[in-house]
Amino acid sequence: MTAYLLRRFISLSLSLVAASLVIFLVMEAVPGDPASFMMGINADPAAVAALREQLGLNEPLPLRYLGWVAGLLQGDFGVSYTYRVPVSELIAERVMISLPLTLYALALSTLIAFPAGILAAARRNSATDLSVMGATQLGVAIPNFWFAMILVLVFAINLRWFSAGGFPGWDAGILAAMKSLTLPAIALALPQASILARVMRSSLIDTLDEDFMRTARAKGLSRSQALRRHALRNALIPVLTIIGLQFSFLLAGGIIIENVFYLPGLGRLVFQAITQRDLIVVRSVVILLVFAVIVVTFLVDLAYAAADPRLRRRR
Amino acid sequence: MTKYPMAAAAVSMLALGLGLGMTPAVAAKMDVSIGMQLEPPNLDPTGGAAAAIDEVVYANVFEGLTRFGPDGAILPGLAESWEISEDGLSYTFKLREGASFHDGSAFDAEDVKFSLDRARAEDSTNAQKALFADISSVEVVDPATVKVMLAKPNGSFLFNMAWGDAVIVATESADGNAANPVGTGPFKFSEWAKGDRVELERYADYWGEAVKLDQVTFKFISDPTAAFAAMMAGDLDAFPAFPAPENLTQFEADPRFEVIIGSSEGETILAMNNKKPPLDNIKVRQAITHAIDRQAIIDGAMFGYGTPIGTHFAPHNPAYVDLTGQSAHDPEKSRALLAEAGVSDLTLALKLPPPSYARRGGEIIAAQLREVGITAEITNVEWAQWLEDVFKAKNFDLTIVSHTEPMDIGIYGRDDYYFQYGDADFKAIMADLANATDPDARTELMQAAQKKIADDAVNAYLFQLARTGVANAKLKGLWPNSPTQANDMTGVSWEE
Repeated sequence: MTAYLLRRFISLSLSLVAASLVIFLVMEAVPGDPASFMMGINADPAAVAALREQLGLNEPLPLRYLGWVAGLLQGDFGVSYTYRVPVSELIAERVMISLPLTLYALALSTLIAFPAGILAAARRNSATDLSVMGATQLGVAIPNFWFAMILVLVFAINLRWFSAGGFPGWDAGILAAMKSLTLPAIALALPQASILARVMRSSLIDTLDEDFMRTARAKGLSRSQALRRHALRNALIPVLTIIGLQFSFLLAGGIIIENVFYLPGLGRLVFQAITQRDLIVVRSVVILLVFAVIVVTFLVDLAYAAADPRLRRRR
Repeated sequence: MTKYPMAAAAVSMLALGLGLGMTPAVAAKMDVSIGMQLEPPNLDPTGGAAAAIDEVVYANVFEGLTRFGPDGAILPGLAESWEISEDGLSYTFKLREGASFHDGSAFDAEDVKFSLDRARAEDSTNAQKALFADISSVEVVDPATVKVMLAKPNGSFLFNMAWGDAVIVATESADGNAANPVGTGPFKFSEWAKGDRVELERYADYWGEAVKLDQVTFKFISDPTAAFAAMMAGDLDAFPAFPAPENLTQFEADPRFEVIIGSSEGETILAMNNKKPPLDNIKVRQAITHAIDRQAIIDGAMFGYGTPIGTHFAPHNPAYVDLTGQSAHDPEKSRALLAEAGVSDLTLALKLPPPSYARRGGEIIAAQLREVGITAEITNVEWAQWLEDVFKAKNFDLTIVSHTEPMDIGIYGRDDYYFQYGDADFKAIMADLANATDPDARTELMQAAQKKIADDAVNAYLFQLARTGVANAKLKGLWPNSPTQANDMTGVSWEE
């Protein structure tokens, strides 16, 4: 196990170094200068030059890269060009929205998908199965931003149960904050739940056809006992993979939903930073997301091992 | 910004059908939520050009020696009154007594000297440094009097001092204004939840008339559909520069809302690269101006909001001359001019920045140019790309931009400005204007400048951008026009 962890750690570090280099170079290659963006089209050229100097944009490329990486290693993400506050502060504020939203959506999606998928697999080809499959087909097909707008229309504009968007902040109380994340979480969860339910169903059906399931039934277990004790655990591996992928997707990819509900999350931070050429923010958030994806993949690997002891021994 | 026109239309239609008959919740409100499309990058108006900075802090948090009134008139600000010497070279400002900064420190002449010297310093990062260029020295006469000496007379000096870039900041807090603005205005900064909102609250020790609101919240909603939903759901009280003109008729039909249509300082132009052949030929430029049907662009791209202009000047300015007739829509004449110039099969690169006036207007202009035999190749660019490629590198033939600074005709005198005009005669007019202090002479020179750039067909002048806003019908005192980019909340109140 230790050797395995060590190997994983080295590959993780190498991925990060490669990612940092790629991110840095890509951001440098993008045309656009943060200083001229900030100063606008009526600006005095001397003032733009002074700002470039102040922001350290005149230093040579390798020096800036090394400075950035050295900062990262010490946990210093640098100072945002436009906001003029430490990037870590910006990220911390946004993570406090994006992460709970992701977990909320993931919890909702799992809570919907597991029962639906298990039910559909257990009663294969019944009316229940067909309606679950039909509903999930629809769930996969509906774009989540459209679904989000319908939610706003019904629950914010007409029923006025929720506000149309925005985030009151955690200071306003957990309930108020969770309430403002509810519609976005539902909008994010629906398509994910549909995918997950379909994966759950097909994985379970495959397992149910395995020889060991017949053995279990032959031992005298009822259908549902066999399903609970033997099939479910074996069917989990592909489901865990999907949940891991969904977590990364939701964390980084909530930008459209964040726009619809004007939530100040990570996605909007990156989007805004790209338009304003606040390169230092873009770089830092992207490397952080890369890091998150790598860590999640690692955790999913560990979860496989927990779900399937054979995987532990093989390593 | 991400947009979903189809879905937006569906939401709008449903909202119109279902949204009627709801009663707004009204109480003795002392707070107001204002929607803005763009978030300011920081809150220091002396360190950046973003309009969103002034839209939050101008007149609310920060004040200058003079200020713009709702109609664009120059009013006293932190300077109660002033005297101008005979030769126009010295301005003596009598300052407000009892004014203080939000951190409690007193406001006096030293702060004025510091602010002006800082803005015109060698290493200044003031985006409008040119406003201060004529200042030769700033003297503190006594704590309540400051004397500004100019190197040469400047008829627009008081106007210059009204800009958001010329506000007075305190020595102690100037460096922190980006994140924690400290000014002398009637509202003080209280919180900035980045990406979401900025909150201001009433400043109890304000020197002037007390404001009628306790709290002002500026909320940042970039998506037009979300902005629509937020107004409809009652989350916002006003959206002074509403991003989707197509939704305005729905607000008009709803008694809960008032639609506010005003003018802005945005001259929207089809800029041409004057040094790039064949656009260096005046006949080609004239041909382009005659190919354009302004009203069709206003109707098609701006849903009818906007005033046609024939030169780079705001129509609501008393010195404006209507020169639209000089470049009237005349495809025949346009083709004739192209033939005279010996140009055929002309293909031009039209680069369009993100705002809808450019993207939608660009499509229409391309179609109009096709009528006279010019092919416009459209490229959509982001702002940062536009600044790099068009503005700095001048790698374009045509582009559409709204120039939103007040009284910015002076850009035509700049060498190396992106449309590359910088004509010597025009510069002479500008120099005379700077020296003229007599109002009549100034008007005459401003009109001469307008005619000069129209005669030279430097750019094709399209329309003055309208300021289209939506507000709760009970909210009073919002500026209908925007003589400068601001949301002045000092006169805003809720109807009893």
